[in-house]
Amino acid sequence: MTLAGQFVNLLAALLLLIAFAMLSQRRILTLIHLFAWQGAALALSTFIVAASTGQNHLYFSAALTVALKVILIPWVLHRLIDRLEVRWDVETLINIPTTMLIGIGLAIFAFALATPISQMASTLTRSTLGIALASVLLSFLMMIVRRKAVPQVIGFLAMENGLFFAATSATYGMPLVVELGVALDVLVGTFIFGIFFFHIREQFDSLDIRHMEKLKED
Amino acid sequence: MNTAAGIAFQVLQSLLVVLAAPLLMGWVNQCRAWLQNRSAPPLLLPYYTLAKLFHKDAVLAHDASPLFRVTPYILFGCMWLAAGIVPVLATNLPFAPAADIVALVGVFALARVFSALAAMDIGTAFGGIGARREMLIGFLAEPAMLMTLFTAAFISGSTQLTTIVTTLAHREFAVYPSLAFAALAFLMVLLAENARIPIDNPATHLELTMVHEAMILEYSARHLALIEWAVAIKLFAYMTIGFAFFVPWGIAPAGHWAALPAAFVALAAKLAAAGAGLALLETLLAKLRLFLAPEFLSTAFLLGVLGMLIHFLVAG
Repeated sequence: MTLAGQFVNLLAALLLLIAFAMLSQRRILTLIHLFAWQGAALALSTFIVAASTGQNHLYFSAALTVALKVILIPWVLHRLIDRLEVRWDVETLINIPTTMLIGIGLAIFAFALATPISQMASTLTRSTLGIALASVLLSFLMMIVRRKAVPQVIGFLAMENGLFFAATSATYGMPLVVELGVALDVLVGTFIFGIFFFHIREQFDSLDIRHMEKLKED
Repeated sequence: MNTAAGIAFQVLQSLLVVLAAPLLMGWVNQCRAWLQNRSAPPLLLPYYTLAKLFHKDAVLAHDASPLFRVTPYILFGCMWLAAGIVPVLATNLPFAPAADIVALVGVFALARVFSALAAMDIGTAFGGIGARREMLIGFLAEPAMLMTLFTAAFISGSTQLTTIVTTLAHREFAVYPSLAFAALAFLMVLLAENARIPIDNPATHLELTMVHEAMILEYSARHLALIEWAVAIKLFAYMTIGFAFFVPWGIAPAGHWAALPAAFVALAAKLAAAGAGLALLETLLAKLRLFLAPEFLSTAFLLGVLGMLIHFLVAG
């Protein structure tokens, strides 16, 4: 295996590790930092893939990732939690060791699922497809087990990171137009979520989305 | 392999481990004192303590059973055996086929069971508390330890320590994400198993927090000396297991006298670095609440499992 391939594998492992760290994190502020680090690992691996395969549009996606997911969105989230004054409390539905064990189960499932697919692929990064799938599932799990709105949104954004990584590892990335569209969607989504947070809190005096069940008509 | 030379190497290594273990302890204590701006105790203090303890008369509780009295010897024996199996100075020792990594974990478990039984034997409250906490930590740390060792075993295709070390030391350089995960998990297990800071504070005598100290509270004189010595050997053995798996360079094959000085220097350098690193970690980290210990160790288990999975996915 080439050195570039090994580095991509290392970064993929790091990505998975960060996904697990996010799953186990109790503090929102650290969660945002982890999200920024995940973006940085993603950008670096995209950059290495671009440099070693000569796929020029991947340089753009790496730059886009740095600008959006390492700098802009973490900054927006930072401002949000400052304004909302939620820094610490992340409540989970299941306790954290159990969540981690479920996470291991998901990772095994994702790896088993990805193995036959990656055997057919011929890209440099094919072996990382399982890791990408696992981080998508882990972010999903994080959205499910968190009660408050902010960690759920971070879970959503981390899921987008995983999907992006899956695209890079399976097919050397999506066409640039699609990537630009997705990046814009994520950015707009973050802003809309930010506005939603304020509305949720204004309505219920809390960011706990359990209260939204009261909106159901009986 | 020349058998006589092999046996000479085995004896040399076993003696070295037993004699140098308190020195490692002293070095860690000294580094920690420096980092915490205290004036450091002498490097040889653990030896003086052992000598002092061996000269005192042992005091035993009235209702102490023979189990209580044999336990220090069993502990010391287990640790010495473990130190004889791990390739510290040389690979392919005559003792090495006696146990693979799974049996090695078993040897540590045997020592743990006996120390917990001895702690409960006297019937004091502290002994009971300490034993329960130790077993809680132990049963969580063991699977994590096994997963870590399995990762290295999968890479080299054998559970024999000698084969693992030889394979890992002579491979071409490659970035192994799985080994990085395993190394992190191993570090966490090392801290937990050796009663170091995030899990247990080796310097405390505060009832609410002590784990290992609570178990050996009733021991005195030569029994205490043997236990303290066994603790030092355990730390030494764990560190050398870590070296064998993650930095195996510089180790000598058994019977090669020419490679011995280089192996000795490499070992001393690695131990000095690892001891300083341990002291730094202990200074930086705060002790966790006991109820957070499962979380800490489940993270170690997770890292071990992830390492193994990533090995199958990426390298396999």
